[in-house]
Parts: sequence; structure tokens; C-alpha cells
Amino acid sequence: MLSKRNKEALFNPLSKDNPVLVQILGICSTLAVTAKLEPAIVMGISVIAVLAISNVVISLLRNTIPTSIRIIVQLVVVAALVIVVQQILRAYAYDVSLQLSVFIGLIITNCILMGRLEAFALSNKPWPAFLDGIGNGLGYMIILVIVAFFRELLGSGTLLGFQVIPQWCYDHGYMNNGLMILPPMALITVGCIIWVHRSRNKDLQEK
Amino acid sequence: MEELNLFVKSIFIDNMVFAYFLGMCSYLAVSKNVKTAFGLGIAVTFMLVVTIPLNYMLNKYVLQPGALAWLGDSFKDVDLSFLALIMFIAVIASATQLVEMAVEKFAPALYNSLGIFLPLIAVNCAILGGALFMQQRDFASCWTATVYGAGSGIGWLLAIVGLAAIREKIAYSNIPPALRGVGITFIITGLMGIAFMSFMGIKL
Repeated sequence: MLSKRNKEALFNPLSKDNPVLVQILGICSTLAVTAKLEPAIVMGISVIAVLAISNVVISLLRNTIPTSIRIIVQLVVVAALVIVVQQILRAYAYDVSLQLSVFIGLIITNCILMGRLEAFALSNKPWPAFLDGIGNGLGYMIILVIVAFFRELLGSGTLLGFQVIPQWCYDHGYMNNGLMILPPMALITVGCIIWVHRSRNKDLQEK
Repeated sequence: MEELNLFVKSIFIDNMVFAYFLGMCSYLAVSKNVKTAFGLGIAVTFMLVVTIPLNYMLNKYVLQPGALAWLGDSFKDVDLSFLALIMFIAVIASATQLVEMAVEKFAPALYNSLGIFLPLIAVNCAILGGALFMQQRDFASCWTATVYGAGSGIGWLLAIVGLAAIREKIAYSNIPPALRGVGITFIITGLMGIAFMSFMGIKL
């Protein structure tokens, strides 16, 4: 079940081969949905689900898809799954689906999906492909949660909507940093995370 | 006049890259020099101008609730809007393919400079994002939607050419080793975004 190779497929994307920090895939949504922790977690779970299932589907079909039309086939499989996720969110988590607005739809063009389908699912059996999907989805979600944690904590003083920074801090002149909620700081936060990550993993540094 | 406002607004204030982070993957990957960045920017603008009116028509006459009324009374209540995603991406993917073939046949010079970028564009989120924002904002006419497409595309072009120019300049500067490459690019984009935020106060 969990041979050495499968373990690598599952655990490498968490840090050493992280889709966001190392492969630089799926940046759009990483930046756009992380102003608050809750939408970031929902987005992470949606991507894990879509990625794992589409990896399995494409992996099952890998010998029957003609190479010349594989991109269209991949897009159709992913789009169908994303529509299912979108309808489920509308039914059970309407507020969050409003906050995420078009970004649930944009999971279709999330480069993590196309990247993993092309690079892994098309040449592997369903079970490793499933593990690879879960691993990359988790790696993506970890970064989303870290970015959203700092942005929500520093930007609004809350976590998951609960007040974390006590009132007496505000009484003594502490202020929320409004810039953290605005889009540019998302980029700078990810830039800093890459900085920390690469100074710990020296082999990833660019010359 | 209203269209002009929308045009300026979609270039500077609602900039695709700095306000919505759309098309980020290719933005970061293809911004190493100005010439290729300009090529990709033109290709994205072109595809937005082509696909947004197509998707607008599709949305208005097929997908919206009640859009199929022109087929007869029994279709008045049909709501196909849940199919929007799959239809939009199909239109974009096939339009990309058609445009690629047309450009190759009629303008080989343009094809040689854009060629490699055209297939990439089917999965560029700026194009699908443009279509989804067009659907969300409910523009009054096809012309307005086209203007929005052109403005967003030019905004994206401006952003990528700007970043490429900065990256060419910093090629020889002394950056901490762990920040080199991607890390510093993120931070530069963030700072450019802060600069673009100064347009936010402008009311048009």
C-alpha cells in the first residue's frame, strides 16, 4: 500500500517539493483567498478533493486518451468536478462561497491541477496518483493556511473570526495593520515564506 | 463616456494582476525579459478581446436564467447557469485553437512571435477570470463587455512588461541567496501593487 515511492508521492509535496513554494504553481488563488483563515481552509479542502479525484480519473483513462486532445479531456474532467464542488458549497456554505466568488471557478485553471495531471497522473497507476493528489493538495493548503494566519492575525486581529488580540492592547495604542488585508501584502508574505523556506533548504536556492 | 471610464478603470484600478492576482503563473514565469513579456501580454489582450464577447453572447442567450426564452415559451424557466464554467472553458480552449490556426495561416510573422504563447493561454486564469467577472458584473451590452476585455488585457500587459523591465535591471544586483529568483519577484510584484494602489482613490 505505502511503498517507498508512494510515500514520496504523498510526503514530498509537503515541503521539499511544495507546489506553491518550489514548483510555483497555483499562485493566483494562494494570494487571492488568504485575507481570512476560513475561506483559505475551504479553498484548500476544495482543491484537495478536486485534485485527488481528477488525478484518479485521468490516471484510469491514461491509456485511452489520445495525446493530441489530452488538454481538452483534462479540462473537461476538472471542470465537471469543480462544478460539483461549487454546487456543494452553494448548498452548505453559502457565505464562504460568496467570499470566494470567482476563485472556486478558477480552480479549473489552477496550474497545480494541470501540472500534476500532466506530470504525474498521465504516467502512473490510480493509487499513487491519488496519493500524489492528496499530497500536493495538502502542500498547497499548508501554505494557504500559513499566509492566511499571518494576514488575518495582523490585519484584523482575529483568527477564524474570533478576537485574538485582547482589547487592552488596543487601549494602549495597538492598531491593526490594514495593509495586511490588501492584495499587495499577500505577495510580500509569500515572498517572505519562500525566503525562510529556501534559507532552510539550501539546495533549492537559485544561482 | 461610460465605456471610457470602464476602460481606464480596468487598466489601472481593477488591474488583473495587482487587484485580483489573475494570470499569476505565467506572469511570474515569463517575465525574465521585456521582449517575450510583451509578446505574451499582446497574446493575452488579444484572447480577452476575442473570448469575452463570445462568452457574453453565450451567457446572455443560453446560460442565464430565462435566457432561452427566444426558443419559445416552454423554455422560459430554464436556468443553465451552473454550466457556465464548463461552457466558458470550452469556448476559451476552442477559440485559442482557432485563433492559433488562423494566425498561423494569415499572419506567419505574428505567429512566429506569439506562437509558443498561444497554447499556454487556454489555461491562463486571466482569460477565464475575465469571463467570470464579466458574468458577475452583468454588463449592459456586448460592446461594454468587449471594452472591459480590452482594458483588462492592456492592464495585464502593462503589469508584465513593467515587472520584466525591473527584473532585467536587477539581474546584477546583490540579493540574499535565498531570495534570488522567485522570492524577490514576489516582493517586487507586491511593491508594484502598492504603487498601483495609489490609483484606487480616483473616482471616475
